[in-house]
Parts: sequence; C-alpha cells; structure tokens
Amino acid sequence: MTELLRPAAEWELQSMIAKLAAQKRRVEVVGHGALRNAGRVARSDIVLSTAGLKGVTLYEPTEIVMSARSGTPVYEIEAILAARGQMLAFEPVDLGPATGAPGGALSIGGVFATNFSGSRRILAGSARDNLLGVRAVNGRGELFKSGGRVMKNVTGLDIARGLTGSWGTLAVMTEVTFKVAPLPQTMLTLAYTGLPDDLAIEALTATMATPLEVSGAVHLPKGCAARLKQPKLKGIDQPVTLLRLETFSTAIEARKEKLKAALKVYGTPIELDAEETWSLWSEFRTLSVMPFSTETSLWRISTLPTKAAEIVFAIEKFMDSTAFYDWAGALIWLEVPAAADAGAADVRRAVSVRGGHATLIRAQPEVRASVDVFEPLKPEIERLTRGVKSAFDPDGLLNRGRMYANL
Amino acid sequence: MPHIELPEPDIGVIRRRPILIEGLKSRVGADLLILDEDGRRAYETDAFTAYRNVPMLVVLPRTTEEVSKILKFCHENDVKVIPRGAGTSLCGGALPTEDAIVLCVSKMNRVLEVDYVNRFARVEAGITNLEITSRVAPKGFFYAPDPSSQLACTIAGNLAMNSGGAHCLKYGVTTHNVLGVKMVLIDGMIVDIGGTSLERNGYDLLSFMIGSEGQLGVVTEATVKILPAAEGARPMMIGFRSPEAAGSCVAAIIAAGIIPVAIEYMDHAAIEVCEAFAGAGYPLDVEALLIVEVEGSENEIGILLGRIAEIAAAYDPKTVVMSSGPEQSARIWAGRKAAFGAIGRISDYLCMDGTIPLAQLPHALTRISQICAEHDLKVANIFHAGDGNLHPLILYDANNPSEADRAEAAGEAILKLCVELGGCLTGEHGVGIEKRELMASQFSATDLAVQMRIKTVFDPTWRLNPAKVFPLAATETMRSGRAASTPEAA
Repeated sequence: MTELLRPAAEWELQSMIAKLAAQKRRVEVVGHGALRNAGRVARSDIVLSTAGLKGVTLYEPTEIVMSARSGTPVYEIEAILAARGQMLAFEPVDLGPATGAPGGALSIGGVFATNFSGSRRILAGSARDNLLGVRAVNGRGELFKSGGRVMKNVTGLDIARGLTGSWGTLAVMTEVTFKVAPLPQTMLTLAYTGLPDDLAIEALTATMATPLEVSGAVHLPKGCAARLKQPKLKGIDQPVTLLRLETFSTAIEARKEKLKAALKVYGTPIELDAEETWSLWSEFRTLSVMPFSTETSLWRISTLPTKAAEIVFAIEKFMDSTAFYDWAGALIWLEVPAAADAGAADVRRAVSVRGGHATLIRAQPEVRASVDVFEPLKPEIERLTRGVKSAFDPDGLLNRGRMYANL
Repeated sequence: MPHIELPEPDIGVIRRRPILIEGLKSRVGADLLILDEDGRRAYETDAFTAYRNVPMLVVLPRTTEEVSKILKFCHENDVKVIPRGAGTSLCGGALPTEDAIVLCVSKMNRVLEVDYVNRFARVEAGITNLEITSRVAPKGFFYAPDPSSQLACTIAGNLAMNSGGAHCLKYGVTTHNVLGVKMVLIDGMIVDIGGTSLERNGYDLLSFMIGSEGQLGVVTEATVKILPAAEGARPMMIGFRSPEAAGSCVAAIIAAGIIPVAIEYMDHAAIEVCEAFAGAGYPLDVEALLIVEVEGSENEIGILLGRIAEIAAAYDPKTVVMSSGPEQSARIWAGRKAAFGAIGRISDYLCMDGTIPLAQLPHALTRISQICAEHDLKVANIFHAGDGNLHPLILYDANNPSEADRAEAAGEAILKLCVELGGCLTGEHGVGIEKRELMASQFSATDLAVQMRIKTVFDPTWRLNPAKVFPLAATETMRSGRAASTPEAA
C-alpha cells in the first residue's frame, strides 16, 4: 500500500524530505492530483502531496504581485485576484479533465512545475515568464529560495525559472511568487469560418504581426470545432478560426474594425461579445475540445506556426486525428487513436523533420511507461540535464522517471 | 577604493604565457590574438572602472568553431577565460585577471536570419542590442529589452546580465525575449539550448544560462523574439510636491488596471541636473517627477493619458504635461536617458542598482537620504518606478580617498536596505565583483550552494569568469581546482 505524506507546513515538508533523503527512499510528488495522469509514471512507494500547503501569503494588487503556497488551488487564487480586478495573465491550463483526473484540482505549484500556459501566452508570456521567485526543497532535503517578489532581479543564477517545467523532479516548490495582471475591461472574439488549416494559420500569424495586441489566436479544424459548446458556435460544421481582443471599453471597437480590415480577405467574421468570449476561451483552458477518452491519446506539439499545418497533415496520412492550433499555430493539441505507442513513431517523425517537439499528454499508464513521453534529448543536452538533476537531487529521489526513464 | 578583493593571479599560468600564445596561434591563427600591452590594456576594465587588470592576452574569434577551439585549449591548459561583449558592464562582470584570457565576441556581429512570420531573429552574440531593432524596424518590428547602453552593449552581455531597460515594465527583460542560444561549454562542446519554438523541451536550461554573468558558457548565437511595434507611443510628465505623492500615484495607476509601457521617477536633484543638460522642459519646482509612457493608436494614447491625468489629480500634482508630439517626446526621454552622463558632468558618482517593493518607495528614499547624509555625501535618485528598480547615484570626489571609501560604504548600506525591504541587490546591472560579497545578505549558504552547483554542472573546473557573482571565500575550493565537485551548503 502506498504511503501518503501530507505536510501542512514548509518545515514539515523539509523534514520529511530530509528523512527520505537520509534513507534514500524515492517519493512521488503531487499536488491535488490534477496532473497525475499526465507525464511518465513515477515509480515509488511514497507519495508526498503539497495539498496541505495552502494559502496566499502575499498579495499587493498595486504592485501586481502575489505569493502563494504551492498547494493552493488555482481557482482559489483566481477568485481572490478577480475580486480585485486582476488575473493570472498566462491562463493556466487544467489538464485534469482531459486526462481523466478531477477538474479544478490544479494547484499553483503544478502550474509552474509543468509551465503549461493557455492562449494568452502569445501576448502575456508563459507561466515561467510570470514567475518571480520560489521557495523549494531539493532532493538533498535542503530548503532554498531563488528570485524574490520584485519584477526586476538579476541577483545570482535564475534558479526559480529553471525549476519551471521540471515536473517536480528537481525540487518540491513550497511557495511561489508571481506577477499578476489587470483583468481586461472588456473583450471580444472574431470567429472566421471555413478556412483550411494553412490559410487559417496565415491569418493568425498575420494578425500577430500587427500592433493590435491580439490576446488569443486559435484555429479549430472542422472535427474539433464541432466540439465547441459556446452557443453561437455549437455544432458548427466548419473549421473555426478565433481571434480575441482585450482592452479598454473605449478602445475596443476601433481595434476590432482595424482587425477586420486587416483580415477582410478571409471573410466576414461572427462576433462574440465579452461574456461569450469568456465562456468560449474557458473551453481551451480546460481542454474540453479534447475530452478524456480511453479510445484516444493526446499530444502537445510545440513548433513554428509556419510548420504547424504541415505537421498535422503529415500525421493525418498515417492515422485519424483531431487537432486544434493555439498560439497562432505555435502549439498543436493533437488527438490520435489509442495504440501501443500512442502513434509516437509517426508523430515524432512528422515533428522532427519540421522542427519542434512533442509531449504525450494522455495515454494509458502502460503506454506512458513504454514510450518517451517527452521528446528525447540530444546527447549533449542529456549530459547537462543529468548534471542538473544530480545537482538538485543526487540520489534521484524526487519523481524519478516522471520525465525521462532513469532520471 | 578600491577595496574589493581580487584573487591572486596564478604566477605559474602567467609564466606559461609564451607557450599558451603559441598554442592558441596554432589552433586559431595569430590574427585573432591581441598580444601587445597597449592592445590588451583596452580590455583591462569594463564600465566599473575603479578596477583594472591587464589580461594575459585577448582573443577575438569570428565563429562558433573558433570559440570552441579556444575554450577547449584553455580547458586543456587550465587557463581562466573571461567572456566579454562590449565591456559596458557596470559591476565588473567582464573584469579580467592577469592570469586570464579575455574572449571577446565583438567580431561576431551578423544577423543570421530574420523570420517575420514566426517573429524571431537569429543573431550572432556580438551584435549590439540596438542593431537588432534597426534591422527589423523597417518591417514594423523591434527587439524589446532596451538597456540604456543599447547603442553599444552586445546581446552576449545582455544575455549574461539578463538586461532590461525603461520599457521592460510591459515587455519584460532579456529572459522573456530569448527563444534559444548556441553556446560553447568550457570543454569546447557546442550546445544548442532552446531553439525557435516558443516552448523548450526538458529542463529550462536557458533560464539558468540567462543572467549567469558568463559563468556557464560562451554564447555565440541567440534566437530572439521580435515584436510588432506599437502604432505610437507618447509620454507625459507629472511633477509632485513629495516622493510619497509620486509613489502613491504609481500605485493608483496600476490599481486602475493600466500598465504603462514605462514609468520613470526622478528626484529633485536628478531633475535639476538632467534639465540643465538636456533642456527637456522638466519642472524645477517639484520634489519628484514621473515620466509615464503609454502605447497604442493615437486615440488610445489620448484616452490612457487622460485617465492617468485624472488619477494623478488626486495627488495634487504641481505639473502635468502631456507630450504634444514626437519632438517633445524625444526631448522628455533625452533628459532621462542622459541622466547618468549629465550627473557625471558635475560629479563622480557610484550608481547603485537595488530593487524594492514599490510600497516601500517613500521609506526607501528617506533612508537613502539618511544613509548618504550619515556618510556626508549627496545623492540623486533615478528610478524605474513601475518595477521598483532604484538607481541612487551617490556623488563623491574620486580624488578624495576618504570620500571614495564613504561612497562605497554608503552604497553597501543602500543595497542591504533594499534586501531588508524585501527587494534585491541588483535589478539590472548584475553582481559581478561589485556585489559579490553582499550576496550573503540576500541568500543563505544553501541558496548560494544551489546556484554554485549549477555553475559546476556547466563548468566543472570553474575556469569561466571565476571570482564573480559568489562570495570569494565560498568559491575558493572550486576555483583552486581542489573541488568538491558539488558545493556544500554551510
């Protein structure tokens, strides 16, 4: 039976890990479990949950900064921010519903551990870009801090941002400090219909080259667009290309007209108001267009926008797939039939010849244990990666195997 | 001054100079080397000019492969390497030692690729910051980080120091605007970290690299984001009767949901000097001046400046001036951008670079004045108010040893104050040798050990820019080659 450790304070977490380090016992690190079905399967007989480390420890709205203990649920943080007219600008993505884990269980530590950011990333940067500081315990049982609570800080090596995307394999974050942003006064969406993938991405990248500060640029091919729930687009039998604008009420109409003028060759868009826009883009934050199913596997592909449609087209030659493009095409979410290797060979081949990398998000545990979930590393990068892992966690106790086998 | 301790040069290495010269000549050719003393003297210091050492030799590679050969040779011959861009570091980050080779990337200054659709530029590391923007501006793009030295400083140096500038409130600093680098490790291995796509695969090694002050590797190429330029931008000046009013106004602007592209603060002393130098039209009857710039279409700029003026009205400003057009905007910024030079005309000064939480601004300014008064010195304050990055300029006479000592002591006290108030030792200039011994006031021994272990991963023998960033005593075993491959926390 798996032993569960649930520290309620930072000192308790540190003493637990120090004890495990002395005993050289491996530990799986989790928050509330939102990410447990993603990534490789960590092998250990002890689970350490940060769920007991809860609460906002600092919030200065006028300095757009917040600190929170790592186990604090994201929805609690967002509620506190919304009450003061602010938000997490990078729109954290909750993988839970798409991977069969509970929705709403995402913790703020999990957000920075995975660095999975939502649609607004193209304008506001990633979770990593919004992180200012961390407190954490490494695999040696040492409590350390990096960064701080101020926006500009070049004091020493940037360990804080270096921990983002490390999936708890280097250290267990106990507290994170991050930048927040004002909630936009208003927003709207322009939805163009009927565009094939390559043309849609051409339209999206064209808008990203304008100074109109588009805060969301998504394209859903026909199969994926049919899954949209937003009433104005529900059941649509065509590809949908979406552009979001957010700004002051007094400025948004003028921006909309400029955007429409810039894109007039792509047709006349359906317009969604602020409320409709909010509900529509929430669908991407919970990946409801890629719902959980044991019949399919889900990939997340990072590439150049100009290569995105080619990659999806190449994969479609080998298997049925459903895709949607975020970040003007720089991010592809791709659903393929469940198979012994989750289509890894074909997906990775299609990506590698065009540039980028692919991460397997949803697949049965035995599949995630047998194929590379993260893109394999080049030898020289693997050498550095192993060195970094060893610097933080020399005995490989934290989330061993979560990202790469034997690491 | 100078009081900062530098490690004793290794006489054994210096004696091997002729052999090292021959070795390097055979690997990369004599034309890349600067050997004569006059030539080497040009590299004896950076912009932290109180400290100087003539390096053993200087090498100016033109390609990544040459950098690789040079580093491999230095690694095999146990020679220290000081990477250098344009030498504009204000903290002694590029200061050589007499037993070291300076590797300067200034000849590697080409734009290799610009992709406007995918919005990135791939450049060699020796290109200047401003040159990138100059190259992409005709197509309506720019490279966002804008350090004051952007005309001269290189991207290599920007990466080393994670440079920012006045406009980073909205656009972030170097680490937010770089997608990947090509770099060379001390053993000569060429490594690509990151690439052209927005997300990186595996550990975020780029985060460790950016801001590491040339301690992990020598960057030879960078892939940077290019952004579409705003339709327009316009500043306004708001003069206040007190620092408290100015600080409260900044907080109120942000609380109202407006994030301007820049908010700059100048105290009375700085206003007077800058106005005398630049004739920017700064008000001379105020205690604090904010320069607030917003971007957007002409209509949006008008709306935003109007809202900011409304917000400022609650703090009883003495002056509110909205720039009427490009000429006035340029004049307003010319005064601010020339501030350091203008103050340099009237006095020697030490430029501090601490960051504080914005709410601490009035208290910090009061304490800075007290600290300088206690040391019988004057101070002028310039400040990136949007992000809390203070630049107190401590005025002193460099020819008066007592004043110089007092200035250094006051500077230390100010930086420690920033840490006590919840801030940090450096917001944009870096640690270098200048703040190396102060690191222990911000970080515990464990915090520092965590950082030093990363240095050791990339540079196991501590030959790249050693004796910088970390307290000298803490790095002695690694630098002397007696490591301890993993620094232990005390």
